[in-house]
Amino acid sequence: MKIHEYQAKELMAREGIPIPAERLCFTPDEVRKAAFELGFPIVVKAQVHAGGRGKAGGVKLARNGKEAKSAGGQILGMTIKDLIVKKVLVTKAMNIIKEFYVGLTIDRNKQQVVLMVSPEGGVEIEEAAKIHPDLIHKFYIDPDIGLREFQAREAAFKLFEDIDLVRKTTRILVNLYHCFINRDASLAEINPLVLTKENDLVVLDGKMNFDDNALFRQKEIEDLREASKDEIKEIEAKNRGLTYIRLNGNIGCMVNGAGLAMATMDLIKLYGGEPANFLDIGGSSNPQKVVDAMQLLIEDKNVKVVMINIFGGITRCDDVALGLIEALEQIEVKLPVIVRLSGTNSHEGLEILKHANIVTVETMAEAAQKAISLI
Amino acid sequence: MSILIDRNTRLIVQGITGRDGNFHAQRMKEFGTKVVGGVSPGKKGQAVGDIPVFNTVKEAIAKTDANASIIFVPASGAVDAIYEAAEAGIKLIITITEGIPTLDMIKVKPFLEKKGAHLIGPNCPGLISPEEILIGIMPAKIFLKGNVGLISRSGTLTYEVVNQLTLHGIGQSTCIGIGGDPVAGLYYCDLLEMFENDPETEAIVMIGEIGGEREEKAAEYIPGHITKPIVAFIAGQSAPPDKRMGHAGAIISSGSGTAKEKINALKKAGVKVAGKPSDIPIMIENCLKKG
Repeated sequence: MKIHEYQAKELMAREGIPIPAERLCFTPDEVRKAAFELGFPIVVKAQVHAGGRGKAGGVKLARNGKEAKSAGGQILGMTIKDLIVKKVLVTKAMNIIKEFYVGLTIDRNKQQVVLMVSPEGGVEIEEAAKIHPDLIHKFYIDPDIGLREFQAREAAFKLFEDIDLVRKTTRILVNLYHCFINRDASLAEINPLVLTKENDLVVLDGKMNFDDNALFRQKEIEDLREASKDEIKEIEAKNRGLTYIRLNGNIGCMVNGAGLAMATMDLIKLYGGEPANFLDIGGSSNPQKVVDAMQLLIEDKNVKVVMINIFGGITRCDDVALGLIEALEQIEVKLPVIVRLSGTNSHEGLEILKHANIVTVETMAEAAQKAISLI
Repeated sequence: MSILIDRNTRLIVQGITGRDGNFHAQRMKEFGTKVVGGVSPGKKGQAVGDIPVFNTVKEAIAKTDANASIIFVPASGAVDAIYEAAEAGIKLIITITEGIPTLDMIKVKPFLEKKGAHLIGPNCPGLISPEEILIGIMPAKIFLKGNVGLISRSGTLTYEVVNQLTLHGIGQSTCIGIGGDPVAGLYYCDLLEMFENDPETEAIVMIGEIGGEREEKAAEYIPGHITKPIVAFIAGQSAPPDKRMGHAGAIISSGSGTAKEKINALKKAGVKVAGKPSDIPIMIENCLKKG
């Protein structure tokens, strides 16, 4: 789960990490008012769940009230990577001497939390890693002891020689680790961390992502969720036991199991078609899931044909067949439906479908080819 | 022969009185697995079918001599169940539970290492050696005893592939679902090594998917370590970036973990990569003929 910059910085501030004076605004007039409160110059930043805000024109500097209002007007309502900007963060501009990168994430290879620091801040860390991998310093954290001061200090010395700045950085890193661990984050990043003329270290931009699996014990974080239109549909699906992700194609897919669902999309693409979605109906044999899944598929107006691919393990094919018949009785489906059932009770399932005049095929390859031919 | 398990493995089921634990405990027993006990705190003295239930893992081991455990406990208590099993001396722990927080898994791993316990999963379908033993939720009847070892991050995709192998008359030594989470127990390299050393296994199928770099790590490991032929399939070639494709670990993040990178790395390591699941049986057949 993602949150906005202002929310990430607030969580960091609560752990004692210094953030600049800033205000969240929803209208150009609020931006102007906030600018006068903070004192010029100010920076106006779009708050959307997308990277590359600067490049997209979502970050602007303002030196007076007129500029502040106009920056607010330009950014509020603009679209960045398909997301409409509904709020902006107004921050007092700082006298920056140098920008640094510090971040914590999970290294899936080492299966550990990793602290990364770099004297090259302000650019995306993935970009920096390509250009200057030698300038990114990694420190793997022993889960039994967590990030101790000695290790944070070792990292801080990669950024500064001055002991006063090393001490300040050490505090920030240890606090960032607390922020990460206590909130079940998957990413906590300060980029850039800036050194100001006044010799202070401040979070100019902060970012945090969270482990969806841990939200059950992170109520406060879950309450920060702001879902986009597509995400709302995904969450609704989740509540019905379905995993749904919308794509841009026209072949609606209904599959049991995530791996098989991905392989089904791949196969459609391999034969020259375009999948409209990823949809995993999960492992149980509840016919209602099939009804809900069919509803989801036909709500997407791009879908021209529905392809159902079930491999019955624990899921019983006859239950899926019954669910499908129920779905077709409850909802009007004008689209062609191709069904492939294999595995547990597939004969019974296929018999049920035969009586209802539903087209069935033997293999998933045939199903994909047939679906494409009907577009 | 098979890897990790055989017909002498004595299994307990943690979370045996829950819906899934109850159902699968009895299914495994019907298959022929020695399901010697179950654990469910406060349910001591009860039985599931004729499987006795105990309050703690320690108690279950003392009474049954169990040496493996399968966990069906819900996500909020599953990590504690893993600790309990390892602390009690169980050396093979299979965790079916989906939805365990990643940071909990990071903490449990060094503990398992210290105790010398192997973990399979979480968020996995378990493992099976056909005609010998089933520890998991896999549909036993699609499997056929034979000499192909299989390692997979997925459940139903594994069944799809196994079914096709079986229909081609190609049997399996042991099939292992390693799970779809970003932090998990035994992974490709550990299991490839075990299959390499297993005299019964003659070829290996590896089913991967997008997310992480474990397939790439396996590709680095294979030359010089694995002499048996390997056929791989990677799911998620058409998956969009930054979207979790069902499994917690199946996500392309910051441009890394793509199917293309994995396929290229595996090919470079001499692994035959199937374009679609239905190509796997013929590719395995060709490997075995050559061997």
